[in-house]
Amino acid sequence: MSELETSKVGVNGHECRVWRKGTGPSIGYLAGLAGLPKWPLFADALAKEHQVIAPSVPGFPGAEGHRELDTTLDWIVAMRELLNGADLEGPPLVGVSIGATLAAEVAAMWPHKVEKLVLVAPFGIYDEAEPTESPWAQQGQEFAGLFCNNADAYSDFIRRPNDADPVEWPIEMARAREASARLLWPMGDTRIARRLHRIICPTLIIWGADDRVIPRSYAKKFAEAISGPTELVEIANAGHLVDLDQPEALAEEVLRFLR
Amino acid sequence: MPYTDLPEDFRDNHPSVWVDVHSSLFDPRKAHGMYNDFMDELEYAADCGFDGICVNEHHSNGYGLMPSPNLIASSLARRTSDAALCVMGNSLALYNPPTRVAEEFAMIDCISGGRLIAGFPVGTPMDTCYAYGQNPSMLRERYLEAHDLVMKAWKEPETFSFNGRYNQQRYVNIWPRPVQNDPHPPVWIPGGGSVETWQWCAEMDYVYCYLSYYGYKAGMATMKGFWEEMDRLGKDKNPYRAGFLQFVGVAETEEEAYKLYKEPAEYFYGRCLHVDPRYATPPGYTTEATMRAGIQGQVSRVASDNKTALAVDKKAREFDAILDNGYVIIGTPDQVADKLKEVARELHVGQLMLLLQYGNMSRDVAMYNTKLYADHVLPQLKDMWDDEWENRWWPKPMAQGQRSIPLPRTLEAAE
Repeated sequence: MSELETSKVGVNGHECRVWRKGTGPSIGYLAGLAGLPKWPLFADALAKEHQVIAPSVPGFPGAEGHRELDTTLDWIVAMRELLNGADLEGPPLVGVSIGATLAAEVAAMWPHKVEKLVLVAPFGIYDEAEPTESPWAQQGQEFAGLFCNNADAYSDFIRRPNDADPVEWPIEMARAREASARLLWPMGDTRIARRLHRIICPTLIIWGADDRVIPRSYAKKFAEAISGPTELVEIANAGHLVDLDQPEALAEEVLRFLR
Repeated sequence: MPYTDLPEDFRDNHPSVWVDVHSSLFDPRKAHGMYNDFMDELEYAADCGFDGICVNEHHSNGYGLMPSPNLIASSLARRTSDAALCVMGNSLALYNPPTRVAEEFAMIDCISGGRLIAGFPVGTPMDTCYAYGQNPSMLRERYLEAHDLVMKAWKEPETFSFNGRYNQQRYVNIWPRPVQNDPHPPVWIPGGGSVETWQWCAEMDYVYCYLSYYGYKAGMATMKGFWEEMDRLGKDKNPYRAGFLQFVGVAETEEEAYKLYKEPAEYFYGRCLHVDPRYATPPGYTTEATMRAGIQGQVSRVASDNKTALAVDKKAREFDAILDNGYVIIGTPDQVADKLKEVARELHVGQLMLLLQYGNMSRDVAMYNTKLYADHVLPQLKDMWDDEWENRWWPKPMAQGQRSIPLPRTLEAAE
């Protein structure tokens, strides 16, 4: 497998990092609530068959500029510019959690520019009868256990490497939480339900069997609203951030769908 | 303005006094009595000779029964004649459009003949982000924009349009306008210890108020930081630039003070401050600059292994610990006056705000506290800065003879 390559894309005057690894057909990967403080195992597994392109979304590690974005439309346009700059105008998109929300929004806005879509537990809908859990009304130590079945998977992912700045690293992690809140506060409803019918590409919808943030029943809500062919898969022993909890099992499903 | 009848087991069996405090704990018939008691107490304080009386804004809160301080202030405007009405204040980002604040404050200023102090807090996370659903990542910008809009609405004589990032209004032209129009009512900003807020207050020439429940010992570091920043910015040391809040209990003897104020203080620190920490830190509420300063502080402390930081326990709930930590000052009038003079001098604070009713303190005790303070403590502090400094941040009401006097409320008088 090739080495991790880094480049930059400008969005609203802010530089966003783009990581690439692997050879083969390109796919885009949009990470979950923590963004990409590190290159994750899941992306490595995908890179066995693809060139994985992982752009940093504004506000998440590797990119600033979330404070330029006020409305959902601002976010969607910023994503278009980011994806175009990262050579992701067309290739399949794989999104997790908030990354899946953004991937779905882009696919709904420009249905012909996403070849295939993988949505892993996207936010975007809020059903009062089955409310989502708030990812922000939590105490610090509760996040890990709420997001992942294996709390260590999350804690390890956001833990500061020895060579990282002890002041800036925690601020970067907090910034990611702010960026997710900026788009999704207060309840994660981007009104995507009004647009989902515009998605026409084949879509794989994946949920962690133990997701404690978004009820598993939401998978069906997405599947029923999307116009393209959809497939639903549940991953055992996984919480909300399936890519951290079960990187291998998730990658297997995604690779199968993309073949 | 606390709900005074929270159950004894509140801390153990309820998650939070704020945001999701349960409605079954609220008895509107009891609240009828509480509101009227509190308004009696505030009016009484004005009658006793306090310079001003304060109201504040909280939402979904078992210790703050004023979602709208403006309602209370408008009633106080009618029932008092000279005291300043310090509305401390309106959380600007929560009003849509924010010109509502410009209008209501102007109403209070008109009704009271120019006695309004306009307070503009950002608002706590619990009030703004959780109870009111505001986006924490946009709260401060919204607040600052709303401030600009309110100020312009007060000062601009012509109808104007406002095309802001968060507010678009084609026609802004508020009626009424404030009596204090030279250039606007005094503005006080309640804040935590953020450097940005200090700088902004200095730039705008507003009063900065540190409203902590944890008393003068815990407030020392914050106020020291504030004055260092003023110095750095080349501002004078006028103590009226700063406000500070302190809980006080006065009685004829020390023993009596201890007896009278123990239960209300323990009620407040035990039950009223029982806030679920889940609601304390919405992402984006704290600015990165403030976060950075905090982390750098920790990092440098660890690096130098310096353990000399002044430690004030912010978890005290027993009266002795509450007193030891300085949350509440109690004693005879002379003891309290001596202590408060020392506090005002050390924190260098001209606008001293007192909580004389707290927790489940009864109206009788609150009025006794108020009266003793007004008669015996207040005169000892009143002029402590006036030889040297002018309070430029105090209302300038209409002259006594120009102000309306409400008719006595009897049928005969009306006829």
